[in-house]
Amino acid sequence: MKSHQAIDITARDLNAEIKQSTYLASKAKTEKRKAILEQDYQDPDKLREIAGLIKQHTLENLDRYLAQAEANLIANGSQVHFAVDGDAANQKVLQIMQENGAKSMVKSKSMVTEEIEMLPYLEKNGMEIVETDLGEFIVQIDDDQPSHIVTPIIHKNRRQIAESFEREGLGEYNDDPETITRRARAYLRQKYFDADVGLTGANFVSAESGRIAIVTNEGNARFSIAANKIHIAVVGIEKLIPSDRDFSLFLNLIGRSATAQQLTVYNQFINGPRSENQPHGPEKMHVIFLDNRRTEVLASECNEILRCIRCGACLNVCPVFRQAGGHAYRSVYPGPVGAVLSPLLAGNRYPELADLPKASSLCGACNEVCPVNIPIPELLLRLRDRAKKEKIKKATKGTPALGLWATLCSQPTMWKTALTMGHTMNYIPTEIIPHPAARAWQHARKLPKFQGGEFRKWFKNRNKS
Amino acid sequence: MSLLHTPPNRPSGKSVQLMTTCLCDTFYADVAQATVEILEYLGCDIELPDGQTCCGQPAFNGGDWKSSRKVVRHAVKTFKGDKPVVVPSGSCAAMIFHGALLAFEKEDDLPEVKALGERTWELVDFIVNGLGVTEWPGKFDASVSFHSSCHLRGSNSKAAVHQLMGTIDGLTTKQFDEEEQCCGFGGTFAVSFPNVSREMGNLKVENLIKPNPDIVASADMGCMMHFGGMMDKQGMTIKRMHIAQILRDSLKNGGLI
Ligand code: SF4
Repeated sequence: MKSHQAIDITARDLNAEIKQSTYLASKAKTEKRKAILEQDYQDPDKLREIAGLIKQHTLENLDRYLAQAEANLIANGSQVHFAVDGDAANQKVLQIMQENGAKSMVKSKSMVTEEIEMLPYLEKNGMEIVETDLGEFIVQIDDDQPSHIVTPIIHKNRRQIAESFEREGLGEYNDDPETITRRARAYLRQKYFDADVGLTGANFVSAESGRIAIVTNEGNARFSIAANKIHIAVVGIEKLIPSDRDFSLFLNLIGRSATAQQLTVYNQFINGPRSENQPHGPEKMHVIFLDNRRTEVLASECNEILRCIRCGACLNVCPVFRQAGGHAYRSVYPGPVGAVLSPLLAGNRYPELADLPKASSLCGACNEVCPVNIPIPELLLRLRDRAKKEKIKKATKGTPALGLWATLCSQPTMWKTALTMGHTMNYIPTEIIPHPAARAWQHARKLPKFQGGEFRKWFKNRNKS
Repeated sequence: MSLLHTPPNRPSGKSVQLMTTCLCDTFYADVAQATVEILEYLGCDIELPDGQTCCGQPAFNGGDWKSSRKVVRHAVKTFKGDKPVVVPSGSCAAMIFHGALLAFEKEDDLPEVKALGERTWELVDFIVNGLGVTEWPGKFDASVSFHSSCHLRGSNSKAAVHQLMGTIDGLTTKQFDEEEQCCGFGGTFAVSFPNVSREMGNLKVENLIKPNPDIVASADMGCMMHFGGMMDKQGMTIKRMHIAQILRDSLKNGGLI
């Protein structure tokens, strides 16, 4: 079916194998998430509500919490930097590497470094970077893009992965998941020792203590840090939580929401570089707080989106994501969260991404699963209103104009006349209605029989007989 | 947490205004008729404001909030007074008590819009939580796959529907896969994203009919116009009913009306 919307077109043309992998994995994750939350808590919705309130409170007092976090990080021996945008963050990382004579980096999974395209920047500047998360590693060797924020290769099946490994000389074709993992481990193990710098993101930063929490299932963040002299953490400023006590709520929610685990396998709390009486660990730790338009989002009427803890639950449950896959969103953050966040973070690329908020039936499933209770449908609606007001073509294409309809609906006499006249519709073969919206409707559905005004007539006359 | 924030402490009582919805006004006369019949059976006195048209949702969802406000303002003018307003549609009710508040956030007449929302009820929510009816009399010998439309998500209506259906003599409710999934209607979404919408609809229809129900039902004619239209196009003859029609037919079968 002809369509004007990029995401709809991508969904229509998406390779059947990718569609199937995405659909099945998303569905299974959604079901498991629900089961574990309901098994473990009497009222999981209450937890989502509280977590949302804590995050919103933190955002509303972000200036204070950032200053507090900075002071505590410094007191713990870290060096703190603030980067206004991606370029500034990338330059800072490069500078730290150069100042320390570093040539190579092992990197654990971090969405924020995808956002600022750090990897190509560092490679261009002569650094060797290895992604150590298995999914990201496969994305890297395939020169692909992640299609999901938690499971970057949700669009691939194991046959495809096995072929990539074979091509890269990591052993003969074998699509047994355990073998694949073992081979990746063997390859990566040496890289950890050879690297000069370990880079991570952060899932949460406690303002109270300056303690950073990182969760992984592969232990790769731990390896990336432990084997190196320098640890760099790149952190979006929205990752703050007020106190250490809050870790428990958020860690309980992120594991269950993201991967249906009671706790992610590796939960690291990092206080700073190693102290004098610690035999191992990085000697230096740098924390780079990244803005990259987050303060703009904070000032906007969509600031709730900054509560996001990147669990991916809204992607998994989203019927549009399941049909279209993550690449359809043309940005690092796909699915419902991306449909809000990506246009907001896009700066002057905003018009290019203004169609994303349209890619939703507003079913509300995303809000219902979100561990920080972000009212995503409301934010999508606000962005639709904005695109319409700013007359952004890409967003409004394909949506029927509703101005005339609104006039009709605010004039009862006209409305009632239309109800009567509408009977003619019964005699027109609907397939030939020349309105594109009608054609899009008729393509897959029949219109019901027109019965305009019949109920009103019945209501008026019913007591007469 | 519910998406809808159904307003608390709405007025109840047996003197009500009926919001027919534009879909029942144009396509589904019998659904509106059934709504009247069951409310009158319960002893309600129904006022049908003549100037009513639509709730403004199509434009609101389509992103044209300016047009939507025009329609909502008209609804506010039409539904004057302080009687409960009853709507046989979860999504139109939610537009009035939730969506409209967003669209009017920065408008001077927000209080009037809010006041309308604070007395608006989805039909079954009204019957169960407004009038306190917890059992439905009569007889309805059929198995039903009930499509829980997205606007019932987290609202009182979903439990209310199952409460009533569960007590009807002869009625069995079918369980099916992915009950929570949207049918793909979404108002203008259905025409601006025709391919995704169709796939979602296909999946919904497949799941709804898999357990072999006698009837497919919903509390929203918007959803049924979409996936029902797909069923028609594909030549499926399985019967579709609005919940109001089921409640009404149950009374009829039991000789109560
Ligand atoms: S918006 Fe909510 S559900 Fe979606 S990724 Fe963020 S925290 Fe998870």
